[in-house]
Amino acid sequence: MLDINPGLIIWTMITFALLVVVLGKFAWKPILQALQAREQEIAEALKKAEEAKKDAERMMQENKIAMDKASNETARLIAEGRAMAEQLKNDIVAKANESAKKMLEQAKDEISREKDAAMSQLRSEVAELSISVAEKILDESLDGAKQKKMVDKVLQQLQKN
Amino acid sequence: MFSWILFSEHNAHNAAADTVHAAADTLAHAAANGEHGGDENLFTRLLHHIYDSRELELPWGHVELPHFHLFGLDLSLTKHVVFLWLAAVILIVTLSIVARKNTKNRVPKGLGNLVEVFVLFVRDEIVVPNMGKAGLKYLPYLLTNFFFILVMNLLGLIPYGASATGNVSVTAGLAIIAFFMIQISAIRAQGFGHYLAHLTGGVHWALWPIMIPIEVLGLFTKPFALCIRLFANMTGGHIVILALIGLIFVFKSLMVAPVSVTFALGIYMLELFVAFLQAYIFTMLTSLFMGLGMPAESHGHEH
Repeated sequence: MLDINPGLIIWTMITFALLVVVLGKFAWKPILQALQAREQEIAEALKKAEEAKKDAERMMQENKIAMDKASNETARLIAEGRAMAEQLKNDIVAKANESAKKMLEQAKDEISREKDAAMSQLRSEVAELSISVAEKILDESLDGAKQKKMVDKVLQQLQKN
Repeated sequence: MFSWILFSEHNAHNAAADTVHAAADTLAHAAANGEHGGDENLFTRLLHHIYDSRELELPWGHVELPHFHLFGLDLSLTKHVVFLWLAAVILIVTLSIVARKNTKNRVPKGLGNLVEVFVLFVRDEIVVPNMGKAGLKYLPYLLTNFFFILVMNLLGLIPYGASATGNVSVTAGLAIIAFFMIQISAIRAQGFGHYLAHLTGGVHWALWPIMIPIEVLGLFTKPFALCIRLFANMTGGHIVILALIGLIFVFKSLMVAPVSVTFALGIYMLELFVAFLQAYIFTMLTSLFMGLGMPAESHGHEH
């Protein structure tokens, strides 16, 4: 079983040497090249993906900042608008109050003026009436009871008016 | 008497035990020819199946192989030379197809993917760890080594096949090439002077007469171990399978057949594993021995 056959050793070596040459040229070279190309491609793709991820993260950060800014701006605008509206409202209310007050005062003035006028008119009419009453009394020279009755009557008439 | 045993055997286990039938065929033949031979005859018949021969066993008969001599050397073709060439042809055809497919496909699939798994394994798990990046220029040699041994191992597992690696001359041929590759890679990496200096083992000159023969012997023991390891592993499995099947004929009973065939199937599975394992070990050790002679950053070297 352990006897050596030199011919077989030589055949083995020749076959192997040829196989190394043939496979080296037609198999290993293209297979290893394809392998290396693919490995390189994968490494590059991974690197690119990493970069894209970083880019995306950066963009998201930027977006977030912009959105924060926008929302802050919005909040500020709303607050400003609200403040302005408040101011406007207060102004309007104040103005309205003022004008109402003014109108009230005017009305009061008018009333007092009218009252004064009415009073003076009344006064002059009363005076006239008193004069006319006095004239009547004097004209008819009445007795005591009659006189009193007359005065009451006049007064009653006066009151009615 | 044996023919009917063989027949029922054939029907029961025709798939896995086909290899074994070729053996059984010769056994039955032997038994029919010389009943007087007995167990010794049976055993030599078993071994005949492992031995190299001048004829090829084919399903339809035996083919005599041509003889020829050159420069006083017997270069006659034998069964193992044929299987050596068959392995080489299978590799060249398969791998050039794979190469074409893998160059075309961006993502390898099927056979291309399978071959690539092994190529990657040899490159990343064997060559680079043992020899560093400098070892990549020897990658075609080591890849060829791995695939050639693997295919030769596997050819012994198919019906009518034979393991050329189960022949010590074939493994010797591979080991001689490994020997030269180990020396060449060491000389190329260290320079010839340094390579010779390495043979002195770095000891005092007075010890050189002892040290140099030991170191030189060390150069030869490594490939010698490679040669014997591969041969013994491949032969051992075949002998165990043939012996298990032979038990049927030793006991002359059909009752032994289920046990024999079950065990033989188990050993067959083991051989399938060993075929890969030995291809790996031969390649790995060759790479390791080459790496030892290559001072590199990847492995600790005293110089």
